[in-house]
Amino acid sequence: MATSETIFREYRPSDAERSDRSAGDRLRHREKVRESIRENIADIIAEESIIGKNKDKVIKVPLRGIKEYRFIFGENAPGAAQGDGNAQPGQVVGKTGKDGQGQGEGQAGDRPGVDYYETDVTLEELIEIMFEDLELPNLERRALREIPSDRFAKRKGYRHVGIRVRLDKRRTARQRVMRQMAARKYETVAPADPSSLDEAGEERRFPFRKDDLRYKHLEIDTREESNAAVLCIMDTSGSMDTMKKYLARSFFFLLYQFIATRYRSVEIVFIAHHTEANEVTEEEFFHKGESGGTFISSGYQKALDIIAERYHPSLWNLYAFHCSDGDNFDSDNPAAIRTARELCDVCNLFGYGEIKPLGSRYYESSMLNIFRRLDAPNFQAVLIERKEDIWPSFKAFLSKDRVKE
Amino acid sequence: MANYEISDLAEWDKRIREKAAAFGLDWYPQEFEICDHTGMLGYMAYSGMPSHYPHWSYGKAYEKLKTLYDYGVNGLPYEMVINSNPAIAYLMRDNTLLLQILTIAHVYGHNDFFKNNFTYKSTRADLTIERFKAHALRVRRYCEDPSIGIDKVERILDAGHALAFQCRRNLAIKKLDREEQLTRTIEAARPRTDPFSRIHARPEFREPDTHKTPLEPDEDVLLFIRDHNPFLVEWERDLLTIVDEETKYFLPMMETKIMNEGWASYWHKKIVESLDLEQGLHIEFIVRHNQVLRPIPGQINPYHLGFKIWEDLHRRHENPTPEEIKKYGAPAKSGDEKIFEAREVERDSSFLRRYLTEELMREMDLFQYEARGDELVVDKVSDEEGWKTVKETLIKNVGAGSIPVIKVEDGDFGHNRTLYLKHHHDGRDLQLEYAEKTIAFVHRLWGRETVLETTLQGKRSLLCFNDRGFSVRALK
Repeated sequence: MATSETIFREYRPSDAERSDRSAGDRLRHREKVRESIRENIADIIAEESIIGKNKDKVIKVPLRGIKEYRFIFGENAPGAAQGDGNAQPGQVVGKTGKDGQGQGEGQAGDRPGVDYYETDVTLEELIEIMFEDLELPNLERRALREIPSDRFAKRKGYRHVGIRVRLDKRRTARQRVMRQMAARKYETVAPADPSSLDEAGEERRFPFRKDDLRYKHLEIDTREESNAAVLCIMDTSGSMDTMKKYLARSFFFLLYQFIATRYRSVEIVFIAHHTEANEVTEEEFFHKGESGGTFISSGYQKALDIIAERYHPSLWNLYAFHCSDGDNFDSDNPAAIRTARELCDVCNLFGYGEIKPLGSRYYESSMLNIFRRLDAPNFQAVLIERKEDIWPSFKAFLSKDRVKE
Repeated sequence: MANYEISDLAEWDKRIREKAAAFGLDWYPQEFEICDHTGMLGYMAYSGMPSHYPHWSYGKAYEKLKTLYDYGVNGLPYEMVINSNPAIAYLMRDNTLLLQILTIAHVYGHNDFFKNNFTYKSTRADLTIERFKAHALRVRRYCEDPSIGIDKVERILDAGHALAFQCRRNLAIKKLDREEQLTRTIEAARPRTDPFSRIHARPEFREPDTHKTPLEPDEDVLLFIRDHNPFLVEWERDLLTIVDEETKYFLPMMETKIMNEGWASYWHKKIVESLDLEQGLHIEFIVRHNQVLRPIPGQINPYHLGFKIWEDLHRRHENPTPEEIKKYGAPAKSGDEKIFEAREVERDSSFLRRYLTEELMREMDLFQYEARGDELVVDKVSDEEGWKTVKETLIKNVGAGSIPVIKVEDGDFGHNRTLYLKHHHDGRDLQLEYAEKTIAFVHRLWGRETVLETTLQGKRSLLCFNDRGFSVRALK
């Protein structure tokens, strides 16, 4: 027999809002996820899917180290389940948990597949994590070349006059209450109640006056704006195959994203060259195949021309990077060195990435030896042999970025 | 929006309680709390506890539940009820009146089960809420203690959670203390009295090893580490105690999932049917009831399986068919007597073993499957020759049966303070990647080399974890 009355506790929205109890644990979990991403960043960068996507793109990142491990049974543990009425031996009823789609949590339970875990991060978040990983303090300290711009309106204080939309209702109401309190007569008997009723039982009105009004004051904030231009130069001669282009593209992608986090506005220029150079669109840059030989100097010269024309070095932070397989015509080498030196003079950073899919560097000519003669402090040449090299090379490249203060 | 007032629910609750009492159910005082879906997700992530210690895994659970809910993969349960005195149940605010009625009736079924089933005797339902709150306070204090901090606490909790279920399964069996084990060991070593000792050679007396720790293999891995690793500090021991206490609170729920859900479903059906609902509500009841209890091909729906067995058990004691009388004998008890007895003295494994009949298995088309390559393939079905195997497999996979049995054999192996664990192999191998990561957690807590004896693909093997990392050795 029931001994005591059942209690019903009604739903109160305030309770529900107040007690987001899992917030702390979610935050902690999120931190773990970030940590895990940071540890695996090189692998994620090497994944094809993130390159060339826009910032809102959501990426699925498989995570290690965030699983909750226990002792569980492996593959040779049979399970039992219910059929649809005519289960026959040999009938296929599902997939093993390997692909992350367990056969339902209700059954055999702790198969490893069930705990497979991946998380969604936006590309922007990922880039942020990537650059946290870089740890390049030199970059922060460098004086940026800046142009003043007045884009920000900042709140600063309150005024008695202003335009209607900036009326601060809260402060205005407070002013009124203050005035009301001050205007109240000293009362000996009755408790001080500003909203006391008069004989007629009506509430005594106490209207707003003009003095009560308070407006938010906005001040135009002048900020230093910084501009940067990224010049992507790529060899599109016949010897650059898809794989090489893909590696180059990954590198340019990182460079662009990185520069974009540092400057307010970033312009990007694509220069494709074989024996002669052209400024092209992004689409053409990555997809249009060309043929013929290679004059590296042509690309550099084009970059110099564009800089002279549009991006004056005193107003722009310039980053130039060149990807090639290093297969230059010998006769062009002196010109290449000369133009490279000129680029070093005008750019914050100038880099050369030689892309040689694994092994091929032993029998192909290389520009790395030739560029060794170029001893500018803001020049870096890197060798990229496979996807995994991109991240380390990128780090090495940026570590050179310490232009004279 | 919901089509009822709280006062309606109280009214229905009163009627439901009258019916439940008439059927003979016996429950703790009940409290209902109305919550919305965020509240429900929150309770689910923390196993229904109003207060629970913090750990990132609950944040992970919440995010997972929420994602699945947001994308419509999983719905939310109609209710959630926790084993405590008074029992607390959460009702979803947005459910219809009928669902609330069904749920309230269902909750009394669970409540009755919590109060009466033997496995819950060890959970101390009177103290549930306070105990979990005390745990939460202690863990928070350690997190906030400047000399400890959240990172160190997580180090222990992560390891503790990994090993939490490596504990005793049947808490109704008393665990002997060292003194009692010693007596038993010595007793067992003593030669039996032989009536023909005059003509028999005197049996060789083998002295029992009374210095071993533990004397008998110990299944409570966490507690063993807590009690035998002298380098753990007080708060670390306390964290292990907390994890162990929580596991032992939740273990009965795992061990009686099928019975408990079946029991609650059996009674909500009986109660709601006896309420004489108006036609509209009654039709909705039939729809909802069948949704919850539908068989799910390729899986086991514990509601369905449990419900079927309870119903079958009741029927076999009330209206047995002639064949059944021939096979199982004439029933000695009435249907009600029988099911109330079973709800008290069984847990899933024994319940299935005793009451899941060959006929019922065939009716439900239970089968056994195994992995072949990337696919799960039906291997045995419930026919004449296969049903016993299928039943065995099913029993092996319910409750704690899905967790490998691992016992501490020796806490000072090779006089080296190496921890020697043994996996009691029952035909199912360990998943090696998980074993490797988990044994690393044992090593973290134990602080010295840890080895685990197991069988991998028919070969006895030793998984070792020491300062140099993980390795696998074959044993002769």
